[in-house]
Amino acid sequence: MQTFDLEAQGLRELNSSLHAQASDTNQTHWEIVNPKGSHAIAVGLDAPIEVNVRGSTGYYCAGMNKQATVHVHGSVGPGTAENMMSGMVVVEGDASQYAGATGHGGTLVIKGNASSRCGISMKGIDIIVHGNIGHMSAFMAQSGNLVVCGDAGEALGDSLYEARLFVRGSVKSLGADCIEKEMRPEHIAILEELLERGGCDAKASEFKRYGSARKLYNFNIDNAY
Amino acid sequence: MKDDHNGAPRTVPIQSATFSNPVNAEIRRAAATGIYDIRGGGAKRKVPHFDDLLFLGASISRYPLEGYREKCETSVTLGSRFAKNPIQLDIPVTIAGMSFGALSGPAKEALGRGATMAGTSTTTGDGGMTEEERGHSNKLVYQYLPSRYGMNPDDLRRADAIEIVVGQGAKPGGGGMLLGQKISDRVAEMRNLPKGIDQRSACRHPDWTGPDDLEIKILELREITNWEKPIYIKVGGARPYFDTTLAVKAGADVVVLDGMQGGTAATQDVFIEHVGQPILACIREAVRALQDLDMHREVQLVVSGGIRTGADVAKAMALGADAVAIGTAALIALGDNDPKWEAEYNALGTTAGAYDDWQEGRDPAGITTQDPELMARFDPVEGGRRLNNYLKVLTLEAQTIARACGKNHLHNLEPEDLCALTLEAAAMAKIPLAGTDWYPGKPGTSY
Ligand SMILES: Cc1cc2nc3c(=O)[nH]c(=O)nc-3n(C[C@H](O)[C@H](O)[C@H](O)COP(=O)(O)O)c2cc1C
Repeated sequence: MQTFDLEAQGLRELNSSLHAQASDTNQTHWEIVNPKGSHAIAVGLDAPIEVNVRGSTGYYCAGMNKQATVHVHGSVGPGTAENMMSGMVVVEGDASQYAGATGHGGTLVIKGNASSRCGISMKGIDIIVHGNIGHMSAFMAQSGNLVVCGDAGEALGDSLYEARLFVRGSVKSLGADCIEKEMRPEHIAILEELLERGGCDAKASEFKRYGSARKLYNFNIDNAY
Repeated sequence: MKDDHNGAPRTVPIQSATFSNPVNAEIRRAAATGIYDIRGGGAKRKVPHFDDLLFLGASISRYPLEGYREKCETSVTLGSRFAKNPIQLDIPVTIAGMSFGALSGPAKEALGRGATMAGTSTTTGDGGMTEEERGHSNKLVYQYLPSRYGMNPDDLRRADAIEIVVGQGAKPGGGGMLLGQKISDRVAEMRNLPKGIDQRSACRHPDWTGPDDLEIKILELREITNWEKPIYIKVGGARPYFDTTLAVKAGADVVVLDGMQGGTAATQDVFIEHVGQPILACIREAVRALQDLDMHREVQLVVSGGIRTGADVAKAMALGADAVAIGTAALIALGDNDPKWEAEYNALGTTAGAYDDWQEGRDPAGITTQDPELMARFDPVEGGRRLNNYLKVLTLEAQTIARACGKNHLHNLEPEDLCALTLEAAAMAKIPLAGTDWYPGKPGTSY
């Protein structure tokens, strides 16, 4: 196991050390201590390594992640796991705005709550939030799954494309073109797998599914604002 | 015809300047459809432009350089502020970002071929990076747009520079729209959306809002790419002094400033014609911002919007730009709007030179389309050759002017080499009106 003191060694050295790991590296376990809310921790990783961040982070932790597992033992600032391609990011605490924004793949698990715009413009990522999510979440979400075990804020799924949204609690309001949809057996199966991956003990049958009404898909003046 | 006025003279029919035929036709079109007009291209109205400036040339106090013999350098380095690997270009004319989706794969290839032959860079656009373009472009700038269509760290690392797009001259504050007709399987897959639906590109970035966030975003991009790549910030010509100041503060290596004449693939006509400032009015303000920060030439300024000739290039540089970018002119060099397709333009209800329905994907020249049959009309090798020729002419023309002004590098052109033909141009470019030593707002003078 490699221990890296971010305060003493600096961000540049951290990220370049992590980038230097090839896919067959034997330095597969990294501990980052003293993150102290720093930005851009463990960004652009591309190796099957496991990184534990011991504390809270600033903006864009694990941004554009590929392959790696990044586990934050604290809370994260805005844009965690933004544009993630693959791999897994787990946050023990809460997440600020835009968690998982534009993510193309991989899994983001937030064990606390997520703030506004969680999963904005997501493109294939799976996001599992144990707590609540804030307003405008899944705005223009294209594909992937967003699972919320708590409640969702205002304007959920505004201008949604093909992403699937599963919410167990209440939804304050749905955004434009987002509607509740039937939970068919195939959705239950998808959700059960996601809940298991995210370490949630909630039952799939307790969730409602939301998706796109697909009325904004081709420009029509009656739908314009 | 029966004359019922007993031969008395009549008034001739007079068209209203306010309610002109095109205006009335647009009112009828709007009344019939209920939808605003979406089109490609840039502003068609006449606005103060580089044509309203002239070079003074040499005289007894300024001696010229010998044309063709004495050196007049054209090279430019972009991104010297923070990037480990700044971009070196042989000529200061770059190819602006144009999306794959809006343009066909072969058209992107041709832009890469032409630019590479001429020793300059191309730029991706909304929709991500294509192999055609990466493979044929020696220097490729990768756009980081609000939509993040196709964005991924591998392409980020394959790029030679990164351009964070905040806005575009044709539509500062507007997002994009690629209509369903142009969404082929390949375009849909790159953008991760179903085929055949209209694809909107957001007007704001999803994960940062103001200049303080932007600074952190730039840090992230630099960390991901090992601080190698120059980072450009592209803004539309809206508030050039403040946008340039904030871009520099956020850590940009290069500021790209696009005036309101700048082309677009598909935007509402009302946006194209009515939002933003002409590039002529933007350059000096951006340069003033750079000078106030002691960053002129340290952070490079690339300007665009209606650049057509070597004279335009030279004038932009004399006003303080380090380089220019071209979009529309490059497409015309490739063969867009060529009169040889006149019959087909007529069939589409238009004429060569006026064709702007690039959003429809039915381009007779096979450039702004994803239709395999139309695309096949366009030869990327020939297109690349034509673009290279055109870029060479732009450069030779700019050099000709620079030599006449006694300059051994295009960068040595300066405002003092210019005069303005109109009061408007004098005021916007802060260049004395021809025959005077005065421009409106000149310090120490009254209006
Ligand atoms: C067909 C077309 C597509 C464009 N696509 C983009 C784009 O994806 N991103 C962008 O920042 N600008 C885009 N632009 C704007 C150009 O980058 C550039 O700002 C503009 O074309 C410059 O003005 P000019 O056309 O008068 O040379 C596009 C322009 C055209 C003509």
